[in-house]
Amino acid sequence: MNKVKNVLLVGVGGQGIILASKILSAGLISAGYDVKMSEVHGMAQRGGSVTTQIRYGSKVYSPIIGKGQADVIVAFEQMEAARWIDYLRPEGKIIVNDYKIPSAPILIGEREYPKNILDDLKSKANVSLVKGFKLAKELGNVRTQNIIMIGALIEFIDIDGVEWNEILKENIKEKHVDLNIEALTMGKGLLD
Amino acid sequence: MKKLLTGNEAVARGAYESGVTLAAAYPGTPSTEILENVSKYKEIYSEWSPNEKVALEVAIGGSIAGARTLAAMKHVGINVAADPLFTFAYTGVNGGCIIISADDPGMHSSQNEQDNRYYAKAAKLAMLEPSDSQETKDFVKEGYRISEEYNIPVLLRLTTRICHSKGLVEESNRESVEIKQYEKNIPKYVATPANGRKLHIDLEDRLIKLEEYSNNTHLNTIEWNDKKIGVISSGVAYQYAKEVFGENASFLKLGFTFPLPKEKIKNFASEVEKLYVIEELEPFLETEIKAMGIKVIGKEYIPLTGELNPDIIRESLLNKKVEKINRNEEMIIGRPPTMCAGCPHRGLFYELSKKKNVVVTGDIGCYTLGSAPPLSTMDTCICMGSSISAGHGFNKACEVNGVDKKVVGVIGDSTFFHSGITGLIDIVYNKGNSVTIILDNRITGMTGHQENPGTGYTLMGEEAPQIDITKLCESIGVKDIKTVNPLDLSETKKAIEESLKLDVPSVIITKYPCVLKKSTQEEIEDYGLDRKACVVESTECRKCKMCLKSGCPAISFEQDKGSIIDENMCVGCDVCLQICPFDVIKKVGE
Repeated sequence: MNKVKNVLLVGVGGQGIILASKILSAGLISAGYDVKMSEVHGMAQRGGSVTTQIRYGSKVYSPIIGKGQADVIVAFEQMEAARWIDYLRPEGKIIVNDYKIPSAPILIGEREYPKNILDDLKSKANVSLVKGFKLAKELGNVRTQNIIMIGALIEFIDIDGVEWNEILKENIKEKHVDLNIEALTMGKGLLD
Repeated sequence: MKKLLTGNEAVARGAYESGVTLAAAYPGTPSTEILENVSKYKEIYSEWSPNEKVALEVAIGGSIAGARTLAAMKHVGINVAADPLFTFAYTGVNGGCIIISADDPGMHSSQNEQDNRYYAKAAKLAMLEPSDSQETKDFVKEGYRISEEYNIPVLLRLTTRICHSKGLVEESNRESVEIKQYEKNIPKYVATPANGRKLHIDLEDRLIKLEEYSNNTHLNTIEWNDKKIGVISSGVAYQYAKEVFGENASFLKLGFTFPLPKEKIKNFASEVEKLYVIEELEPFLETEIKAMGIKVIGKEYIPLTGELNPDIIRESLLNKKVEKINRNEEMIIGRPPTMCAGCPHRGLFYELSKKKNVVVTGDIGCYTLGSAPPLSTMDTCICMGSSISAGHGFNKACEVNGVDKKVVGVIGDSTFFHSGITGLIDIVYNKGNSVTIILDNRITGMTGHQENPGTGYTLMGEEAPQIDITKLCESIGVKDIKTVNPLDLSETKKAIEESLKLDVPSVIITKYPCVLKKSTQEEIEDYGLDRKACVVESTECRKCKMCLKSGCPAISFEQDKGSIIDENMCVGCDVCLQICPFDVIKKVGE
């Protein structure tokens, strides 16, 4: 029995995490894996913490994993990286978008956005930083951050035989496809 | 070809492939997407019913007419539908009928985590518990065969992790199932006491036959591996158990869990040295198996509360701790759900939050978030519809005991149609004087924008008559009804103050479309939805933080700059502009 791989995508509602998971899952299926994916989101349509877990291998049982089990975490937002770091295997990899989204207690001035999250993460885990917001802005659309992050991830997990551009075409509106292909390509080059 | 489907999508596909022609539901997480996906099949008549009781009764009627039917709801929805459920087991079906209970262990979006497997036992229904998407589809198909062969409604019990997880599913074609002929059969379908007594005896006979089926069906399977450990499990808990034990234990996987396969359980138990029952929430299987005189280990190690996962099993049964990275709690601030920027409920709750000596009884919907800081404007929330009736009870208790408090019940439009109206009738009939505020945002908001009797469209996308809430309230005898735009704070304030002074029942309808709703051109014109964002003239901000009291997620505050409005999030609802005591919030470009 081969080892099942666990990927966790974490971020904030509205960042395009569900779409990113869909694209990743479609790629894994096309590579011939059994795939299970689980979405965990709170009550709000907006502003809540969102995670998806993707598990792939020759046969997957549980759709979810526990703490200390993720091979890779992709955090679309800094504080979410801090929130979910205990799900990472001690020898795992966390790819962090350096973007910050303040939550309600921060917005109303009750709390301050935590400082030095990245230093704290680097002291305990294998971290790769992606300047997602800056790069997406250079591409001309900040909403492509999710695909840049997915690009970085698929380069890291290194799966053979997946036509990622085709998968983007199947899952993204035609007029945005070219931009997203660019975003994915850009993401792929980031972790070198 | 295999497709990646959620359990909910798999239910819809299963219903389609089984030749179902009628499906009804009331939206509720985690069950909502079942009907949303069923409605994509044009061969199936599908509807949002005003509540779960009605949805089940529609499915019952369709079944008696001879069609294969489906009713879907979340776990607490079954409580609403419990009345017809129990008698339906007596009458049995004509066309097969499956009732879906989507339970929510861990309470991802619910007010309790009841285990509805007990409903199968209490109401005497056949019960199926699939453990992934493929099984969910297969079990729906088998469920219709069981329902028709054994003349019994089938409870398909799912949990959030089945409903919302995706797995690979092999699709096949739709079975052609003709509608069964309806023949008048008073002793079967008219549950008067005389008929009911006979039906009960008949039901017990059917359950004996179903137990025989349970012992023989492939839905209950034994996987022999190492016999030192035996595991009995069902639903998603089976997947967690399999993940942990793999080939190191033998499994009795139960897919058909009421009536239980007692013979199969006995045989399995007699072959293994140590027997675990691994199940989420209540000891439903464990209690039954122990009652058979079999020694098992279960809830003394597996928690009774919260969602189960492989780690909990690993730690509690195998005593294996997983090495993990510790998170730094100082680096983590909560991300509670908030009402959206521009949410029309915000204006109302802002005004209500300023009222002293007023108790606000709440309800289930986006507006439940009015209970969160900084608005904190809600005293109770029990279940759908309870805002009005619990508010009435609170009010009467205060009156009788000479306590001076005014009560305001807040309820959404969809929830009002669901089960608010009966409470309002109660207030009028029993001479209450509480204020009922119906928050009409023109859609069912919390579950993701489903149509309801007030929106003018059906689930199938057809135009429909719109129920006029004002006229409805008038017709049951409410004398004082006001409609306000909740984003207009002075208008809203005035309405609340006037209503609080009355000693008769009153209704305030706050009418304004949900900010996330796709609006029609007509709505854009009627409500002036084409708004410009607001901006703080930061050099003039006095840092009084008054605008933060609205709880709008588009507004943030920095000690050196004062209030800042995120132009990308702001939709120009103008609530903060009305709150600012120093008039430093302006419209962009003005």
